[in-house]
Amino acid sequence: MPDSQLIAARHVSTRVDHPAVRWMLIVLAVLVVGVLIIVPVINVFAQAFSAGWTTYWTSLLADADTRHSILLTLIVAPISVAANVVFGVAAAWAIARFRFPGRTLLTTLIDLPFAISPVVAGLLIVLIFGLQGYLGPWLREHDIKVIFALPGLILATTFVTLPFVARELIPVMEAIGPEEEVAAVSLGANAWQTFWHVTLPNIKWGLLYGVVLCNARAMGEFGAVYVVSGRIDGLTCTMPLRVEKLFQQLRHDDMAGSFALASILTLLALVTLAAKVSLERKTRGELAEAAATKIVGAEPLVAETVGTSA
Amino acid sequence: MATTSRRVLPGFTASLSVTILYLTVLVLIPLAACVMKTLSLSPAEFWAAVWTRQARAAYEFSIGASIVSALVNCVLGLLIAWVLVRYEFPGKRILDSLVDIPFALPTAVAGLVYSSLYVERGWLGQFLVPMGIEAAYTRLGVVVVLVFIGLPFVVRALQPVLESLEVEAEEAAAMLGASRWQTFRWVIVPLILPALVTGFSLSLARALGEYGSVVFVSANRPFVDQIAPMLIVAKLEEFQYGEATAIAVVLLIMSFALLIAVNVLERWSKRHYA
Repeated sequence: MPDSQLIAARHVSTRVDHPAVRWMLIVLAVLVVGVLIIVPVINVFAQAFSAGWTTYWTSLLADADTRHSILLTLIVAPISVAANVVFGVAAAWAIARFRFPGRTLLTTLIDLPFAISPVVAGLLIVLIFGLQGYLGPWLREHDIKVIFALPGLILATTFVTLPFVARELIPVMEAIGPEEEVAAVSLGANAWQTFWHVTLPNIKWGLLYGVVLCNARAMGEFGAVYVVSGRIDGLTCTMPLRVEKLFQQLRHDDMAGSFALASILTLLALVTLAAKVSLERKTRGELAEAAATKIVGAEPLVAETVGTSA
Repeated sequence: MATTSRRVLPGFTASLSVTILYLTVLVLIPLAACVMKTLSLSPAEFWAAVWTRQARAAYEFSIGASIVSALVNCVLGLLIAWVLVRYEFPGKRILDSLVDIPFALPTAVAGLVYSSLYVERGWLGQFLVPMGIEAAYTRLGVVVVLVFIGLPFVVRALQPVLESLEVEAEEAAAMLGASRWQTFRWVIVPLILPALVTGFSLSLARALGEYGSVVFVSANRPFVDQIAPMLIVAKLEEFQYGEATAIAVVLLIMSFALLIAVNVLERWSKRHYA
Protein backbone atom coordinates (compact mmCIF):
# COMPACT_ATOMS: atom_id res chain seq x y z
CA MET A 1 0.00 0.00 0.00
CA PRO A 2 2.57 2.66 0.98
CA ASP A 3 4.62 1.58 -2.05
CA SER A 4 1.93 2.54 -4.51
CA GLN A 5 1.58 5.88 -2.74
CA LEU A 6 5.27 6.54 -3.17
CA ILE A 7 5.05 5.68 -6.83
CA ALA A 8 2.06 7.96 -7.18
CA ALA A 9 3.95 10.77 -5.53
CA ARG A 10 6.99 10.29 -7.76
CA HIS A 11 5.05 10.31 -11.01
CA VAL A 12 2.31 12.69 -10.05
CA SER A 13 3.70 15.31 -12.41
CA THR A 14 2.29 13.51 -15.47
CA ARG A 15 -1.21 13.78 -13.96
CA VAL A 16 -1.02 17.50 -13.32
CA ASP A 17 -2.68 19.73 -15.85
CA HIS A 18 -1.17 22.98 -17.04
CA PRO A 19 -1.84 25.76 -14.48
CA ALA A 20 -3.77 27.79 -17.07
CA VAL A 21 -6.05 24.83 -17.80
CA ARG A 22 -6.40 24.14 -14.10
CA TRP A 23 -7.42 27.66 -13.16
CA MET A 24 -9.73 27.99 -16.13
CA LEU A 25 -11.57 24.81 -15.10
CA ILE A 26 -11.74 25.87 -11.44
CA VAL A 27 -13.15 29.28 -12.41
CA LEU A 28 -15.69 27.62 -14.72
CA ALA A 29 -16.81 25.17 -12.02
CA VAL A 30 -17.19 27.95 -9.46
CA LEU A 31 -19.14 29.96 -12.02
CA VAL A 32 -21.52 27.07 -12.71
CA VAL A 33 -22.15 26.45 -9.01
CA GLY A 34 -22.45 30.20 -8.50
CA VAL A 35 -25.09 30.76 -11.18
CA LEU A 36 -27.05 27.55 -10.62
CA ILE A 37 -26.89 27.26 -6.83
CA ILE A 38 -25.42 30.22 -4.92
CA VAL A 39 -27.25 33.06 -6.71
CA PRO A 40 -30.69 31.42 -6.28
CA VAL A 41 -30.10 30.76 -2.57
CA ILE A 42 -29.01 34.37 -1.94
CA ASN A 43 -31.91 35.61 -4.07
CA VAL A 44 -34.47 33.86 -1.82
CA PHE A 45 -33.27 35.83 1.20
CA ALA A 46 -32.85 39.06 -0.77
CA GLN A 47 -36.45 38.92 -1.98
CA ALA A 48 -37.77 37.80 1.40
CA PHE A 49 -36.19 40.82 3.10
CA SER A 50 -36.67 43.24 0.19
CA ALA A 51 -39.38 45.15 2.06
CA GLY A 52 -37.60 45.11 5.38
CA TRP A 53 -37.65 43.01 8.55
CA THR A 54 -41.07 44.09 9.74
CA THR A 55 -42.78 43.13 6.50
CA TYR A 56 -40.89 39.85 6.64
CA TRP A 57 -42.22 39.00 10.08
CA THR A 58 -45.75 40.22 9.45
CA SER A 59 -46.02 38.26 6.20
CA LEU A 60 -44.95 35.18 8.12
CA LEU A 61 -46.84 35.58 11.37
CA ALA A 62 -49.80 37.85 10.67
CA ASP A 63 -51.27 35.56 8.03
CA ALA A 64 -53.31 32.82 9.71
CA ASP A 65 -53.11 30.51 6.68
CA THR A 66 -49.33 30.81 6.53
CA ARG A 67 -49.09 30.12 10.26
CA HIS A 68 -51.28 27.06 9.80
CA SER A 69 -49.11 25.78 6.94
CA ILE A 70 -46.03 25.91 9.18
CA LEU A 71 -47.87 24.06 11.93
CA LEU A 72 -49.16 21.46 9.47
CA THR A 73 -45.67 20.76 8.12
CA LEU A 74 -44.43 20.40 11.70
CA ILE A 75 -47.13 17.76 12.28
CA VAL A 76 -46.84 15.80 9.01
CA ALA A 77 -43.05 15.56 8.71
CA PRO A 78 -42.27 14.08 12.17
CA ILE A 79 -45.00 11.44 11.84
CA SER A 80 -43.71 10.36 8.41
CA VAL A 81 -40.11 10.36 9.62
CA ALA A 82 -41.01 8.30 12.73
CA ALA A 83 -42.84 5.70 10.61
CA ASN A 84 -39.92 5.46 8.21
CA VAL A 85 -37.43 5.12 11.09
CA VAL A 86 -39.30 2.10 12.46
CA PHE A 87 -39.48 0.63 8.98
CA GLY A 88 -35.87 1.50 8.15
CA VAL A 89 -34.46 -0.15 11.27
CA ALA A 90 -36.58 -3.30 10.75
CA ALA A 91 -35.67 -3.52 7.05
CA ALA A 92 -31.96 -2.96 7.71
CA TRP A 93 -31.95 -5.62 10.45
CA ALA A 94 -33.64 -8.17 8.18
CA ILE A 95 -31.57 -7.37 5.08
CA ALA A 96 -28.13 -6.74 6.61
CA ARG A 97 -28.19 -9.54 9.21
CA PHE A 98 -29.88 -12.44 7.42
CA ARG A 99 -29.74 -14.20 4.05
CA PHE A 100 -33.11 -15.30 2.67
CA PRO A 101 -34.73 -15.84 -0.74
CA GLY A 102 -36.13 -12.62 -2.20
CA ARG A 103 -33.62 -10.46 -0.35
CA THR A 104 -32.51 -8.61 -3.52
CA LEU A 105 -36.12 -8.14 -4.59
CA LEU A 106 -36.89 -6.59 -1.20
CA THR A 107 -33.99 -4.15 -1.58
CA THR A 108 -35.27 -3.14 -5.02
CA LEU A 109 -38.80 -2.66 -3.65
CA ILE A 110 -37.45 -0.29 -0.99
CA ASP A 111 -35.89 1.86 -3.73
CA LEU A 112 -39.08 1.94 -5.79
CA PRO A 113 -40.59 5.15 -4.37
CA PHE A 114 -37.50 7.03 -5.64
CA ALA A 115 -38.30 5.91 -9.18
CA ILE A 116 -41.94 6.99 -9.03
CA SER A 117 -42.87 10.56 -9.90
CA PRO A 118 -44.31 12.29 -6.81
CA VAL A 119 -47.42 13.20 -8.81
CA VAL A 120 -47.96 9.52 -9.66
CA ALA A 121 -47.43 8.64 -5.98
CA GLY A 122 -50.20 11.05 -5.06
CA LEU A 123 -52.42 9.61 -7.78
CA LEU A 124 -51.96 6.06 -6.39
CA ILE A 125 -53.23 7.22 -3.01
CA VAL A 126 -56.18 9.00 -4.62
CA LEU A 127 -57.03 5.80 -6.52
CA ILE A 128 -57.43 3.94 -3.22
CA PHE A 129 -58.79 6.54 -0.82
CA GLY A 130 -60.42 9.11 -3.14
CA LEU A 131 -64.20 9.48 -3.37
CA GLN A 132 -64.22 7.40 -6.56
CA GLY A 133 -61.40 5.23 -5.19
CA TYR A 134 -61.52 1.59 -4.19
CA LEU A 135 -62.07 2.35 -0.51
CA GLY A 136 -63.99 5.57 -1.18
CA PRO A 137 -67.56 4.32 -0.52
CA TRP A 138 -66.52 2.46 2.64
CA LEU A 139 -64.65 5.50 3.99
CA ARG A 140 -67.64 7.76 3.32
CA GLU A 141 -69.94 5.34 5.12
CA HIS A 142 -67.72 5.44 8.17
CA ASP A 143 -67.12 9.18 7.86
CA ILE A 144 -63.34 8.85 7.57
CA LYS A 145 -61.54 11.48 5.49
CA VAL A 146 -58.17 10.55 4.01
CA ILE A 147 -57.93 12.55 0.80
CA PHE A 148 -58.07 16.34 1.26
CA ALA A 149 -57.23 15.73 4.93
CA LEU A 150 -54.32 15.06 7.28
CA PRO A 151 -54.11 11.24 6.81
CA GLY A 152 -53.67 11.69 3.05
CA LEU A 153 -50.87 14.21 3.56
CA ILE A 154 -49.10 11.81 5.94
CA LEU A 155 -49.55 8.83 3.59
CA ALA A 156 -48.22 10.74 0.58
CA THR A 157 -45.23 12.12 2.49
CA THR A 158 -44.40 8.72 4.00
CA PHE A 159 -44.54 7.04 0.59
CA VAL A 160 -42.20 9.55 -1.02
CA THR A 161 -39.65 9.47 1.84
CA LEU A 162 -39.84 5.70 2.47
CA PRO A 163 -36.36 4.72 1.18
CA PHE A 164 -34.24 7.33 3.01
CA VAL A 165 -33.61 5.69 6.42
CA ALA A 166 -33.46 2.08 5.17
CA ARG A 167 -31.07 2.95 2.34
CA GLU A 168 -28.77 4.72 4.76
CA LEU A 169 -28.81 1.97 7.42
CA ILE A 170 -28.37 -1.15 5.25
CA PRO A 171 -24.80 -0.37 4.07
CA VAL A 172 -23.81 0.89 7.56
CA MET A 173 -25.03 -2.29 9.25
CA GLU A 174 -23.46 -4.47 6.57
CA ALA A 175 -20.11 -2.74 7.02
CA ILE A 176 -20.22 -3.06 10.81
CA GLY A 177 -21.02 -6.76 10.63
CA PRO A 178 -22.89 -9.04 13.07
CA GLU A 179 -19.93 -10.04 15.29
CA GLU A 180 -20.70 -7.75 18.24
CA GLU A 181 -24.38 -8.67 18.22
CA VAL A 182 -23.60 -12.39 18.05
CA ALA A 183 -21.27 -11.92 21.00
CA ALA A 184 -23.95 -10.08 22.97
CA VAL A 185 -26.53 -12.80 22.30
CA SER A 186 -24.17 -15.61 23.20
CA LEU A 187 -23.40 -13.80 26.45
CA GLY A 188 -27.09 -14.01 27.28
CA ALA A 189 -28.50 -10.65 26.13
CA ASN A 190 -32.09 -10.71 24.91
CA ALA A 191 -33.21 -9.18 21.60
CA TRP A 192 -34.10 -5.81 23.08
CA GLN A 193 -30.87 -5.53 25.09
CA THR A 194 -28.82 -6.46 22.05
CA PHE A 195 -30.51 -3.83 19.92
CA TRP A 196 -30.48 -1.09 22.55
CA HIS A 197 -26.93 -1.59 23.91
CA VAL A 198 -25.04 -2.94 20.89
CA THR A 199 -26.74 -2.17 17.58
CA LEU A 200 -28.11 1.29 18.27
CA PRO A 201 -24.86 2.80 19.61
CA ASN A 202 -23.09 1.40 16.52
CA ILE A 203 -25.49 2.82 13.97
CA LYS A 204 -26.59 6.02 15.72
CA TRP A 205 -24.83 8.47 13.38
CA GLY A 206 -25.93 6.62 10.27
CA LEU A 207 -29.48 6.56 11.60
CA LEU A 208 -29.40 10.28 12.35
CA TYR A 209 -28.06 10.92 8.85
CA GLY A 210 -31.02 9.06 7.37
CA VAL A 211 -33.42 10.97 9.63
CA VAL A 212 -31.98 14.34 8.58
CA LEU A 213 -32.31 13.56 4.85
CA CYS A 214 -35.76 12.01 5.31
CA ASN A 215 -36.95 15.03 7.27
CA ALA A 216 -35.68 17.52 4.68
CA ARG A 217 -37.55 15.73 1.93
CA ALA A 218 -40.67 15.30 4.09
CA MET A 219 -40.86 19.02 4.89
CA GLY A 220 -40.17 20.00 1.29
CA GLU A 221 -42.36 17.46 -0.50
CA PHE A 222 -44.58 19.08 -3.11
CA GLY A 223 -45.90 16.90 -5.95
CA ALA A 224 -47.42 14.01 -4.00
CA VAL A 225 -48.89 16.28 -1.35
CA TYR A 226 -50.21 18.66 -4.03
CA VAL A 227 -52.31 15.87 -5.53
CA VAL A 228 -53.81 14.49 -2.31
CA SER A 229 -54.32 17.75 -0.41
CA GLY A 230 -56.82 19.67 -2.51
CA ARG A 231 -54.83 22.71 -1.28
CA ILE A 232 -57.44 24.01 1.10
CA ASP A 233 -56.10 27.11 2.86
CA GLY A 234 -55.88 26.80 6.61
CA LEU A 235 -56.64 23.09 6.38
CA THR A 236 -54.42 21.05 4.04
CA CYS A 237 -51.77 23.50 2.78
CA THR A 238 -48.29 22.54 3.95
CA MET A 239 -45.45 25.07 3.71
CA PRO A 240 -44.39 24.26 0.12
CA LEU A 241 -48.04 24.28 -1.01
CA ARG A 242 -48.58 27.63 0.69
CA VAL A 243 -45.52 29.01 -1.13
CA GLU A 244 -47.12 28.05 -4.42
CA LYS A 245 -50.53 29.39 -3.42
CA LEU A 246 -49.10 32.80 -2.51
CA PHE A 247 -47.09 32.78 -5.73
CA GLN A 248 -50.17 32.09 -7.86
CA GLN A 249 -52.06 35.01 -6.34
CA LEU A 250 -49.44 37.21 -8.01
CA ARG A 251 -49.88 40.30 -5.90
CA HIS A 252 -46.68 42.00 -4.92
CA ASP A 253 -47.14 41.73 -1.16
CA ASP A 254 -47.97 38.05 -1.57
CA MET A 255 -44.77 37.51 -3.54
CA ALA A 256 -42.95 38.87 -0.48
CA GLY A 257 -44.99 36.47 1.66
CA SER A 258 -44.16 33.62 -0.69
CA PHE A 259 -40.46 34.38 -0.49
CA ALA A 260 -40.60 34.85 3.28
CA LEU A 261 -42.02 31.36 3.69
CA ALA A 262 -39.55 30.03 1.10
CA SER A 263 -36.69 31.56 3.12
CA ILE A 264 -37.67 29.36 6.09
CA LEU A 265 -37.54 26.28 3.85
CA THR A 266 -34.17 27.42 2.45
CA LEU A 267 -32.85 27.83 5.97
CA LEU A 268 -34.00 24.29 6.66
CA ALA A 269 -32.08 23.08 3.61
CA LEU A 270 -28.91 24.89 4.75
CA VAL A 271 -29.19 23.42 8.26
CA THR A 272 -29.76 19.99 6.70
CA LEU A 273 -26.63 20.41 4.61
CA ALA A 274 -24.52 21.43 7.60
CA ALA A 275 -25.83 18.46 9.60
CA LYS A 276 -25.17 16.19 6.62
CA VAL A 277 -21.53 17.27 6.34
CA SER A 278 -20.81 16.74 10.04
CA LEU A 279 -22.71 13.43 10.15
CA GLU A 280 -20.85 12.14 7.10
CA ARG A 281 -17.63 12.65 9.00
CA LYS A 282 -19.09 10.81 12.01
CA THR A 283 -20.42 7.81 10.02
CA ARG A 284 -17.04 7.55 8.33
CA GLY A 285 -15.50 7.34 11.80
CA GLU A 286 -18.10 4.73 12.79
CA LEU A 287 -17.26 2.56 9.80
CA ALA A 288 -13.53 3.06 10.14
CA GLU A 289 -13.71 2.00 13.78
CA ALA A 290 -15.71 -1.09 12.85
CA ALA A 291 -13.25 -1.98 10.11
CA ALA A 292 -10.27 -1.46 12.44
CA THR A 293 -11.67 -3.72 15.15
CA LYS A 294 -12.75 -6.33 12.63
CA ILE A 295 -9.38 -6.76 10.94
CA VAL A 296 -7.10 -7.08 13.95
CA GLY A 297 -3.63 -5.77 13.27
CA ALA A 298 -4.52 -4.31 9.88
CA GLU A 299 -2.80 -1.10 8.92
CA PRO A 300 -4.91 2.01 9.45
CA LEU A 301 -4.91 2.62 5.69
CA VAL A 302 -7.48 -0.17 5.26
CA ALA A 303 -9.85 1.54 7.65
CA GLU A 304 -9.42 4.79 5.79
CA THR A 305 -10.29 3.35 2.40
CA VAL A 306 -13.37 1.61 3.79
CA GLY A 307 -14.46 4.88 5.34
CA THR A 308 -14.11 7.04 2.25
CA SER A 309 -15.78 4.62 -0.12
CA ALA A 310 -18.94 4.55 2.00
CA MET B 1 -21.11 -13.29 6.09
CA ALA B 2 -24.24 -13.75 8.15
CA THR B 3 -25.34 -17.18 7.03
CA THR B 4 -24.97 -18.63 10.52
CA SER B 5 -26.45 -15.66 12.32
CA ARG B 6 -30.05 -16.65 11.60
CA ARG B 7 -29.74 -19.30 14.28
CA VAL B 8 -27.94 -16.96 16.66
CA LEU B 9 -29.42 -13.47 16.19
CA PRO B 10 -33.02 -12.82 17.20
CA GLY B 11 -35.69 -10.87 15.38
CA PHE B 12 -35.58 -12.33 11.87
CA THR B 13 -39.30 -13.11 11.66
CA ALA B 14 -40.35 -9.90 13.41
CA SER B 15 -38.19 -7.54 11.33
CA LEU B 16 -38.99 -9.24 8.04
CA SER B 17 -42.73 -9.20 8.84
CA VAL B 18 -42.67 -5.48 9.63
CA THR B 19 -40.72 -4.79 6.43
CA ILE B 20 -43.00 -6.81 4.18
CA LEU B 21 -46.19 -5.51 5.79
CA TYR B 22 -45.05 -1.89 5.49
CA LEU B 23 -44.00 -2.28 1.86
CA THR B 24 -47.24 -4.07 1.03
CA VAL B 25 -49.46 -1.37 2.51
CA LEU B 26 -47.51 1.63 1.22
CA VAL B 27 -46.10 0.43 -2.11
CA LEU B 28 -47.58 -2.84 -3.36
CA ILE B 29 -51.28 -2.18 -2.72
CA PRO B 30 -51.16 1.30 -4.31
CA LEU B 31 -49.35 -0.14 -7.35
CA ALA B 32 -51.91 -2.95 -7.52
CA ALA B 33 -54.68 -0.34 -7.42
CA CYS B 34 -53.02 1.38 -10.36
CA VAL B 35 -52.86 -1.90 -12.32
CA MET B 36 -56.52 -2.67 -11.49
CA LYS B 37 -57.63 0.79 -12.58
CA THR B 38 -55.69 0.42 -15.82
CA LEU B 39 -57.17 -3.04 -16.50
CA SER B 40 -60.66 -1.63 -15.94
CA LEU B 41 -60.12 0.47 -19.06
CA SER B 42 -60.65 -1.19 -22.42
CA PRO B 43 -57.60 -1.15 -24.72
CA ALA B 44 -59.36 1.42 -26.89
CA GLU B 45 -60.07 3.66 -23.88
CA PHE B 46 -56.50 3.29 -22.67
CA TRP B 47 -55.12 4.17 -26.09
CA ALA B 48 -57.49 7.12 -26.44
CA ALA B 49 -56.26 8.46 -23.09
CA VAL B 50 -52.51 8.05 -23.57
CA TRP B 51 -52.29 8.99 -27.25
CA THR B 52 -54.15 12.29 -27.55
CA ARG B 53 -52.36 15.12 -29.29
CA GLN B 54 -52.01 16.94 -25.99
CA ALA B 55 -50.61 13.85 -24.24
CA ARG B 56 -48.11 13.21 -27.03
CA ALA B 57 -46.95 16.82 -26.89
CA ALA B 58 -46.53 16.49 -23.12
CA TYR B 59 -44.43 13.27 -23.38
CA GLU B 60 -42.37 14.82 -26.14
CA PHE B 61 -41.60 17.91 -24.09
CA SER B 62 -41.08 15.89 -20.88
CA ILE B 63 -38.66 13.48 -22.55
CA GLY B 64 -36.94 16.17 -24.64
CA ALA B 65 -36.43 18.59 -21.76
CA SER B 66 -35.28 15.77 -19.46
CA ILE B 67 -32.74 14.42 -21.98
CA VAL B 68 -31.36 17.89 -22.75
CA SER B 69 -31.06 18.74 -19.04
CA ALA B 70 -29.42 15.37 -18.25
CA LEU B 71 -26.91 15.89 -21.09
CA VAL B 72 -26.11 19.40 -19.86
CA ASN B 73 -25.68 17.87 -16.39
CA CYS B 74 -23.16 15.38 -17.77
CA VAL B 75 -20.97 18.22 -19.04
CA LEU B 76 -21.35 20.47 -15.97
CA GLY B 77 -21.20 17.51 -13.57
CA LEU B 78 -17.99 16.18 -15.12
CA LEU B 79 -16.44 19.65 -14.90
CA ILE B 80 -17.37 20.05 -11.22
CA ALA B 81 -16.42 16.47 -10.24
CA TRP B 82 -13.07 16.80 -12.06
CA VAL B 83 -12.22 20.08 -10.35
CA LEU B 84 -13.25 18.72 -6.93
CA VAL B 85 -11.24 15.50 -7.26
CA ARG B 86 -8.13 16.68 -9.09
CA TYR B 87 -7.37 20.20 -7.91
CA GLU B 88 -6.70 21.94 -4.62
CA PHE B 89 -8.03 25.46 -4.20
CA PRO B 90 -9.41 27.64 -1.39
CA GLY B 91 -13.10 27.01 -0.71
CA LYS B 92 -13.05 23.55 -2.24
CA ARG B 93 -14.88 21.85 0.63
CA ILE B 94 -17.58 24.53 0.64
CA LEU B 95 -18.04 24.07 -3.11
CA ASP B 96 -18.26 20.31 -2.55
CA SER B 97 -21.07 20.61 0.00
CA LEU B 98 -22.93 23.27 -2.01
CA VAL B 99 -23.36 20.70 -4.79
CA ASP B 100 -25.88 18.92 -2.53
CA ILE B 101 -28.19 21.96 -2.24
CA PRO B 102 -30.52 20.76 -5.03
CA PHE B 103 -31.06 17.56 -2.98
CA ALA B 104 -31.85 19.47 0.19
CA LEU B 105 -33.78 22.48 -1.14
CA PRO B 106 -37.54 21.92 -1.46
CA THR B 107 -38.44 21.87 -5.16
CA ALA B 108 -41.09 24.55 -4.64
CA VAL B 109 -38.40 26.97 -3.46
CA ALA B 110 -36.23 26.15 -6.47
CA GLY B 111 -39.16 26.77 -8.78
CA LEU B 112 -40.11 30.03 -7.05
CA VAL B 113 -36.59 31.47 -7.28
CA TYR B 114 -35.91 30.30 -10.82
CA SER B 115 -39.19 31.82 -11.98
CA SER B 116 -38.12 35.22 -10.70
CA LEU B 117 -34.38 35.16 -11.51
CA TYR B 118 -34.84 35.11 -15.28
CA VAL B 119 -37.71 37.58 -15.77
CA GLU B 120 -36.84 40.92 -17.34
CA ARG B 121 -36.22 42.63 -14.01
CA GLY B 122 -34.71 39.58 -12.29
CA TRP B 123 -31.10 39.27 -11.15
CA LEU B 124 -30.04 37.24 -14.17
CA GLY B 125 -32.84 38.20 -16.55
CA GLN B 126 -31.70 41.84 -16.67
CA PHE B 127 -28.59 40.66 -18.54
CA LEU B 128 -30.11 37.76 -20.46
CA VAL B 129 -33.45 39.17 -21.66
CA PRO B 130 -31.82 42.06 -23.63
CA MET B 131 -29.69 39.38 -25.34
CA GLY B 132 -32.87 37.59 -26.35
CA ILE B 133 -32.51 34.76 -23.84
CA GLU B 134 -35.82 34.29 -22.07
CA ALA B 135 -35.70 31.61 -19.39
CA ALA B 136 -38.88 32.49 -17.50
CA TYR B 137 -42.17 30.84 -18.44
CA THR B 138 -40.57 29.25 -21.53
CA ARG B 139 -39.29 25.82 -22.52
CA LEU B 140 -35.77 27.02 -21.81
CA GLY B 141 -36.83 27.90 -18.26
CA VAL B 142 -38.04 24.34 -17.67
CA VAL B 143 -34.73 22.92 -18.92
CA VAL B 144 -32.73 25.30 -16.71
CA VAL B 145 -34.61 24.32 -13.54
CA LEU B 146 -34.27 20.62 -14.44
CA VAL B 147 -30.50 21.14 -14.77
CA PHE B 148 -30.51 22.53 -11.22
CA ILE B 149 -32.54 19.58 -9.90
CA GLY B 150 -30.36 16.91 -11.54
CA LEU B 151 -26.86 18.36 -11.14
CA PRO B 152 -25.83 16.51 -7.94
CA PHE B 153 -26.64 13.08 -9.42
CA VAL B 154 -23.87 13.30 -12.04
CA VAL B 155 -21.31 14.88 -9.71
CA ARG B 156 -21.88 12.31 -6.97
CA ALA B 157 -21.81 9.40 -9.46
CA LEU B 158 -18.49 10.56 -10.94
CA GLN B 159 -16.55 11.60 -7.82
CA PRO B 160 -15.73 8.13 -6.40
CA VAL B 161 -14.78 6.79 -9.85
CA LEU B 162 -12.48 9.72 -10.61
CA GLU B 163 -10.89 9.26 -7.17
CA SER B 164 -10.17 5.58 -7.76
CA LEU B 165 -8.69 5.92 -11.27
CA GLU B 166 -5.37 4.09 -11.57
CA VAL B 167 -2.38 6.39 -11.98
CA GLU B 168 -0.68 3.81 -14.18
CA ALA B 169 -3.11 4.19 -17.08
CA GLU B 170 -2.48 7.92 -17.37
CA GLU B 171 1.24 7.30 -16.81
CA ALA B 172 1.40 4.88 -19.67
CA ALA B 173 -0.51 7.18 -21.97
CA ALA B 174 1.81 10.08 -21.16
CA MET B 175 4.92 7.94 -21.69
CA LEU B 176 3.61 6.79 -25.05
CA GLY B 177 3.45 10.42 -26.07
CA ALA B 178 -0.23 11.21 -25.61
CA SER B 179 -1.13 14.82 -24.90
CA ARG B 180 -3.24 15.60 -21.81
CA TRP B 181 -6.30 15.95 -24.03
CA GLN B 182 -5.62 12.64 -25.78
CA THR B 183 -5.17 10.95 -22.41
CA PHE B 184 -8.43 12.43 -21.20
CA ARG B 185 -10.35 11.53 -24.34
CA TRP B 186 -8.99 8.01 -24.92
CA VAL B 187 -8.01 6.81 -21.42
CA ILE B 188 -10.05 8.64 -18.78
CA VAL B 189 -13.39 9.04 -20.56
CA PRO B 190 -13.77 5.29 -21.34
CA LEU B 191 -13.00 4.47 -17.69
CA ILE B 192 -15.56 6.87 -16.26
CA LEU B 193 -18.19 6.23 -18.93
CA PRO B 194 -20.28 3.73 -16.88
CA ALA B 195 -20.46 6.19 -13.97
CA LEU B 196 -21.33 8.99 -16.37
CA VAL B 197 -24.17 6.93 -17.85
CA THR B 198 -25.41 6.12 -14.32
CA GLY B 199 -25.39 9.80 -13.43
CA PHE B 200 -27.14 10.62 -16.70
CA SER B 201 -29.88 8.04 -16.07
CA LEU B 202 -30.46 9.13 -12.46
CA SER B 203 -30.65 12.75 -13.51
CA LEU B 204 -32.97 11.82 -16.39
CA ALA B 205 -35.26 9.76 -14.14
CA ARG B 206 -35.49 12.59 -11.63
CA ALA B 207 -36.26 15.12 -14.38
CA LEU B 208 -38.98 12.93 -15.94
CA GLY B 209 -40.93 12.80 -12.67
CA GLU B 210 -40.23 16.34 -11.50
CA TYR B 211 -43.25 18.51 -10.79
CA GLY B 212 -42.70 20.90 -7.88
CA SER B 213 -40.19 23.19 -9.52
CA VAL B 214 -41.55 23.02 -13.07
CA VAL B 215 -45.00 24.13 -11.97
CA PHE B 216 -43.48 27.53 -11.12
CA VAL B 217 -41.35 28.10 -14.20
CA SER B 218 -43.73 26.70 -16.81
CA ALA B 219 -46.79 28.62 -17.94
CA ASN B 220 -48.57 25.22 -18.24
CA ARG B 221 -49.54 25.82 -21.87
CA PRO B 222 -50.55 22.60 -23.68
CA PHE B 223 -48.34 21.88 -26.72
CA VAL B 224 -45.76 24.40 -25.47
CA ASP B 225 -44.37 23.92 -21.99
CA GLN B 226 -46.69 21.39 -20.34
CA ILE B 227 -44.90 18.31 -18.98
CA ALA B 228 -46.53 14.90 -18.47
CA PRO B 229 -46.94 15.17 -14.66
CA MET B 230 -48.77 18.49 -15.19
CA LEU B 231 -51.17 16.75 -17.55
CA ILE B 232 -51.86 14.09 -14.89
CA VAL B 233 -52.71 16.81 -12.37
CA ALA B 234 -54.93 18.55 -14.94
CA LYS B 235 -56.84 15.29 -15.56
CA LEU B 236 -57.18 14.69 -11.81
CA GLU B 237 -58.59 18.18 -11.33
CA GLU B 238 -61.24 17.31 -13.92
CA PHE B 239 -61.89 14.08 -11.96
CA GLN B 240 -60.90 11.99 -14.98
CA TYR B 241 -59.16 9.32 -12.93
CA GLY B 242 -59.02 6.76 -15.74
CA GLU B 243 -57.21 9.08 -18.13
CA ALA B 244 -54.90 10.32 -15.36
CA THR B 245 -54.03 6.71 -14.45
CA ALA B 246 -53.35 5.76 -18.08
CA ILE B 247 -50.88 8.63 -18.48
CA ALA B 248 -49.35 7.76 -15.10
CA VAL B 249 -48.79 4.19 -16.34
CA VAL B 250 -46.80 5.52 -19.28
CA LEU B 251 -44.65 7.55 -16.87
CA LEU B 252 -44.28 4.55 -14.53
CA ILE B 253 -43.11 2.30 -17.35
CA MET B 254 -40.53 4.88 -18.42
CA SER B 255 -39.13 5.30 -14.91
CA PHE B 256 -39.08 1.55 -14.17
CA ALA B 257 -37.25 0.91 -17.45
CA LEU B 258 -34.67 3.51 -16.41
CA LEU B 259 -34.34 1.98 -12.93
CA ILE B 260 -33.73 -1.47 -14.43
CA ALA B 261 -31.23 -0.01 -16.91
CA VAL B 262 -29.27 1.62 -14.09
CA ASN B 263 -29.21 -1.61 -12.08
CA VAL B 264 -28.08 -3.71 -15.04
CA LEU B 265 -25.42 -1.16 -15.88
CA GLU B 266 -24.11 -1.07 -12.32
CA ARG B 267 -23.90 -4.85 -12.16
CA TRP B 268 -22.19 -4.94 -15.55
CA SER B 269 -19.61 -2.29 -14.68
CA LYS B 270 -18.93 -3.93 -11.31
CA ARG B 271 -18.12 -7.16 -13.14
CA HIS B 272 -15.90 -5.46 -15.69
CA TYR B 273 -14.10 -2.96 -13.50
CA ALA B 274 -13.77 -4.75 -10.19
